[in-house]
Amino acid sequence: MGEPLTFHFDVDGDNFTSAGEASLSMKKNLRQLGISPEIIRRVSIAMYEGEINMVIHAGGGTADVTVHSDRIEILLADRGPGIENIDLAMREGFSTAPENIRNLGFGAGMGLPNMKKNTDSLVVDTALGVGTTIRMTVLI
Amino acid sequence: MKQYKHSVSLDVEKCKGCTNCLKRCPTEAIRIRNGHAVIDASRCIDCGECIRICPYKAKKAVCDKLSGTWRRAWNIALPAPSLYGQFDNLDDVDYVLQGLLDLGFDEVREVACSAELVSDYTRRFLKRSDLPRPVISSACPVITRLISLRYPMLRDNVLPLLPPVEIAASEARKKALAEHPELTSEDIAVVFISPCPAKVSYVKNRSESRATEIDAVLSISELYFELLGVMKKERTPTPVSRSGMVGIGWASTGGESAAIFSDRYLAADGIENVNRVLEEIDNGSIPDLEFVELNACPGGCVGGTMTVANPYIAQARLQSIRRYLPVSQNFADGEDVPSDCLDSEPISYAPAGVLGSDRESAIRMMREIEQLSKSLPALDCGSCGAPSCRAFASDVALGFSHPSECIVAMRKQLRELLDSEEEGSL
Repeated sequence: MGEPLTFHFDVDGDNFTSAGEASLSMKKNLRQLGISPEIIRRVSIAMYEGEINMVIHAGGGTADVTVHSDRIEILLADRGPGIENIDLAMREGFSTAPENIRNLGFGAGMGLPNMKKNTDSLVVDTALGVGTTIRMTVLI
Repeated sequence: MKQYKHSVSLDVEKCKGCTNCLKRCPTEAIRIRNGHAVIDASRCIDCGECIRICPYKAKKAVCDKLSGTWRRAWNIALPAPSLYGQFDNLDDVDYVLQGLLDLGFDEVREVACSAELVSDYTRRFLKRSDLPRPVISSACPVITRLISLRYPMLRDNVLPLLPPVEIAASEARKKALAEHPELTSEDIAVVFISPCPAKVSYVKNRSESRATEIDAVLSISELYFELLGVMKKERTPTPVSRSGMVGIGWASTGGESAAIFSDRYLAADGIENVNRVLEEIDNGSIPDLEFVELNACPGGCVGGTMTVANPYIAQARLQSIRRYLPVSQNFADGEDVPSDCLDSEPISYAPAGVLGSDRESAIRMMREIEQLSKSLPALDCGSCGAPSCRAFASDVALGFSHPSECIVAMRKQLRELLDSEEEGSL
C-alpha cells in the first residue's frame, strides 16, 4: 500500500457562488484516477451538500479529502454555530436555513440526509458555539 | 477503444504557436508543441472554440467541397434551418431551396421538417416516465460527446432520438428510392448543408459502423456565395418549403425547447455555460425540469463556425421568416416513436487523461502532479505549451513535457545563478 493522496480546500463562506468548487475539482481528480462514475457521483454529491451547508450555516470552512486505494475519506470542518439537534438535522425536510437562502432554491432539508445516503459511513462531531466536523467515508 | 475522429485541421504555416486557442479550449485538448498547436483527439469535442478565437485563421473546419467527388446520379440537399438566416431581406425560404436546385441538386429535403417530427417524438417521450428527468436534447453532437467524456451519470438522461438531420437523410433516401425505381441506394448522395464542423465529425464517426445515411457534409459558408449567385428575385421559385415555425425555430437556442409546449425547460448555449449547466444537473442542484436544450455554439446553430452571418442577426432574420408560418407542418403518425428514429448507438463513457493502469500507480502519479503543481508559479501563462500550471504538471508526470519548459521557473533559476556569480566576483 502506497501513501494516501490528500487534497485540501478552503470553502469560502462569503461567496455563495463559489460553493461547490471543491466538489467540482474533486470530481475532476477522481475521473483522472480512473474511479468509477457511480463512486464519483456519490463523493461529489456528499461533498457538494457539505460545502453548501458550510456556506449557509457556518460562514465557510475547510474540506480535506484523502484518497486511499480502497476508500475515499472526506473531512469537513467549520467553526460555525454547531448543530443543536443532530437527530432532527438528519431528518429529510428539516432545515434551519434562513428565508433568503431558501429563495435561492437551497435549504430543502436534504443536505445531511443526502450526505448519509451517498456515503458508507458518516460521523458528525458538533459542539454549540464551537463548530462542526463531519467525517465521511466512501468505499471504492 | 476506437479513436474519435475530428473535423478541425491546423494550417501549420499560419499557426504562430500563440496561446489563444490553448487558453480557450474547454476540455484542455490543445498543447503547443514545436511552435504550433496540437489537438488531443481523445479530449476534443469539436466545439469550434479554437476556430473562433484563432487570430491567424490557422484552425479550419474540414468538410466536403461543392466540387467534390461525392456526387452521384441523384443528389439530395439537406439544408439546415440556420441556412435561411444567412440572407438579407429573404422573405421566402423557397428562394433558398430553389437556389440549391439551381446549383445542381436533384432534390431538397429540409432538415427543419424532420426537426418538427423530432419535436413531436420528444413530446411523446416526455409523456413517459421511464426517462430520467431532466431529459437532455440529443441534437447537438458536441453535447453528447461532452457527456460521454465528463458526465457518465447523465447518459441515460439524453433523449434516445436521432438528430433531425439523420432522420431527414433516411427519409429523403427512402422517398427517392420509392419515386425513382431505377435508382439503387448507391446512386444516391445525401448531402447535409451544415452550420458546424461537429456534424462533419458526427458523420465521420458514424459512417464506419454504417450508422448514418448522410454521404457528405458541405459548409453553409461555402454554399453562401454560390447561392447568392443563383438566387434571383425576378423568378418566382417552385414552392417546396414545408417547414413551420417550430422547424425553423430549431436554428437558434430556445427553438427546440419552445416546441415541447411546456414551460418547465432550460435552454442554454455557449460551451462554458453549457458545461456549468451540466455540472449543476450532475450535482442534482437544478429545479424540477422536464427538458434541457443545450447548444455548444453561442445563439445555437446559427452561431456555428461554418456560417457567415452574425448569429444574432441571423436569428432576427429567422424571426421575420417564421412570422406568418403555421406553428408546425410535420406531424408523426400513430402514438409511438418509430424504432428507426431511435439512436441504436449508446453513448459510451470515454474519460480523457486517466492516469496509470491501476489505482496504486494512478494515486502515485497524482501525488507527483500535486507536488509539482505547488512548485509552479500558478500564472497559467501557457508559455510551456500547456493551458494551465496544473495541466503542465500533469503533462510532466505523464512524460509528455519536462519541468525545464516552465520559463518562469527557469528565469528564477537564471536570476539566482547570476546573483550567486555576482556575489562570487565581489
